[in-house]
Amino acid sequence: MSSLIDFLSLQDPNIRYVVLGVILLTATSALVGCFSFLNKKALIGDAISHAVLPGICLAFILSGSRNPFFLVIGAFATGWLSTYVVDVITHRSRIKEDTAIGLVLSVFFGIGIFMLTVIQKSGNASQSGLDHFLFGQAASMVGQDLMVFSTVAIILVVMVILLFKEFTLIAFDRNFAQAIGLPVHLIQTILTSLIVLAVVIGIQAVGVVLMAAILITPAAAARFWTHNIRTMIVLASIFGAVSGVSGAYISYVAPAMPTGPWIVIVISVIAFVSFFLAPRRGVISRMLRQRTFRRTINEENILKAFYQLGEESREFRTKRLPEEILTRRSMDTVSLHKILKRLKRQGYLINSGNSWELTEEGLAKAQRVVRVHRLWELYLTTKLNIAPDHVHDDADTIEHFLTPDLEAELERVLNYPKVDPHKSEIPYDRT
Amino acid sequence: MPPIEDIYIILTAILVSSSCALLGSFLILRKMAMVGDAISHAVLPGIVIAFLVSGSRDSTTMLLGAGLIGILTTFLIEFLHAKARLQTDASIGVTFTWLFAIGVVMITFFAGQVDLDQDCVLYGEIAYVPLDNIVTDNGTIIGPRALYILGFVLLIVVAFITLSFKELFLTTFDPGYARTIGISTALWHYLLMGAVSATTVASFESVGAILVVALLIGPPATAYLLTDDFRRMLLLAVGIGVIDSILGFILAVWLDGSIAGGIAIITGITFLLALLFSPVHGILRRKLISRDTKSDQVAAEQKV
Repeated sequence: MSSLIDFLSLQDPNIRYVVLGVILLTATSALVGCFSFLNKKALIGDAISHAVLPGICLAFILSGSRNPFFLVIGAFATGWLSTYVVDVITHRSRIKEDTAIGLVLSVFFGIGIFMLTVIQKSGNASQSGLDHFLFGQAASMVGQDLMVFSTVAIILVVMVILLFKEFTLIAFDRNFAQAIGLPVHLIQTILTSLIVLAVVIGIQAVGVVLMAAILITPAAAARFWTHNIRTMIVLASIFGAVSGVSGAYISYVAPAMPTGPWIVIVISVIAFVSFFLAPRRGVISRMLRQRTFRRTINEENILKAFYQLGEESREFRTKRLPEEILTRRSMDTVSLHKILKRLKRQGYLINSGNSWELTEEGLAKAQRVVRVHRLWELYLTTKLNIAPDHVHDDADTIEHFLTPDLEAELERVLNYPKVDPHKSEIPYDRT
Repeated sequence: MPPIEDIYIILTAILVSSSCALLGSFLILRKMAMVGDAISHAVLPGIVIAFLVSGSRDSTTMLLGAGLIGILTTFLIEFLHAKARLQTDASIGVTFTWLFAIGVVMITFFAGQVDLDQDCVLYGEIAYVPLDNIVTDNGTIIGPRALYILGFVLLIVVAFITLSFKELFLTTFDPGYARTIGISTALWHYLLMGAVSATTVASFESVGAILVVALLIGPPATAYLLTDDFRRMLLLAVGIGVIDSILGFILAVWLDGSIAGGIAIITGITFLLALLFSPVHGILRRKLISRDTKSDQVAAEQKV
């Protein structure tokens, strides 16, 4: 616990640099990554982060130093070039975008590795830091790095705020943006530059391979909690920052542990929790909703079976055995029993032992399902000219979903009909 | 006559590039190039686990472990896409970075027991291939271990593709038709991904994750620009992969750089050449055609 307090109090200037640096890097990457994600270009960040390596080596060879300013410029140049090459390959040939991305990332990275080995073998003394770019160096950040990162981070945030409306528009409706005369191409170029910039500084935290994660994973996680793009961006940045601080803390407590991979593990856990647990869009909530739908449909079908049996014997509210229901609706006895019990709990059925009877509410509900079914069949045959033997399946589905408003409208349009196309009576409330 | 070590290295590269070219051709036509990339990174935790279980670089455990992890990766990507409705590119990105991060942390955690380091994982060291030889009981050296493993993998890949060519072909080009005649697209999808994972792992130590990706995608993409016939594309891809390997090795020796890097560079250059000058689908050829049609149109208009 005391280590956590030490860590969070930021007394130690080294910790201060690392924590602030990591927050800046992860939060701004997440911010820019949201647009990369929404443009369905999540993997372009992967290509850029690999393509940055030859630029760094080139800058080192040309300038002969590890000055972060030169390295960032070199990285920016080849990172940008890689997105341009991907564009040219996809637009000028039959090669698909994913192939182009994979090819560009591996070839650019190969060039980078080649240059790195040449530099290392040439025995240049100050080269030792270059391979930090491969795996990140979050834990060894110093004041000078922080200056460069915060400058870039400020540029990124300001640009996103200034061009927020334009970026949003080209992410959601590029054609509309074009139609109202926005310079779509220019905006896209600016956005690409921002992504490249975010990658260039971000790989210092987590390295080449894992860069794609701090770019897209926060955005993917945030997307599950909201439909609003502003909320999504804020949420993604918070997720990014939280994972950054957690990664830094873990490698502070266990110095052997690499910061970058831990940042990625934390952000991935946040993402998986979101995928499963988020309300509405999450996997679990979606499954629960589907189960509720399925249950309602099964219950209404059983009520319908009661009603149909009632029509046959002209006695709606009489006791019936499960075997009778099964003649109308084939299913296994166990599931039927579960449904019957649920219907009893809802007050639609009463039972004595193994014989079941519709209640007043149960009869009304069963009647409504049958009424909607027959109204819909009639609507399809009379208004849409569909043959009477083709309308049953469709009506079987719609009977569970039609709202009372639509039902009233159907009755009005069809002028309160008495019978459906199969000459069965359409039941109305006896009130 | 070059020294025997160099021949071993070139042979290794040729074996890797041939397996990769064959499998990669299916990948790029199925629009799954990035899934190949994802698998090549995601197998890392599988390798570490196999290492811990077998206590050595025992190849069979590794190939099996990696095959399973590869299939798991593919499954996870599909699951996030189908059940969580995450767009495909994002589900690929989230899955492989997560597994790779776990792999790196495991390497650090078990540093004492696992003889692996992360640099080697990324770009391998093919130059060490001749150092690790198989020695028979009576002390004769019968060649590098990697050569045997990769030869075995290539044999499996070739057998897999020739024996199930029809199924792979149909599920790639016409999945709807394949389903109607009773071929399971899911089964062949996972089998192919299993093969990709096994190849990746076998090639891992010698050439690293990045060169595997370059060889999976580069030669098939180049061949795809040169022909419309799929069988010819397979053969061309293998041929291009072999040439890339040899030229890449020569480049690396000449400039004294990484061999894996050299092969990746040549792969890029051959692709660039095909992109510009391919007689069927090259950019220049397309330019010429569109210029011809334009001048034809002009001529036609003048006649009218």
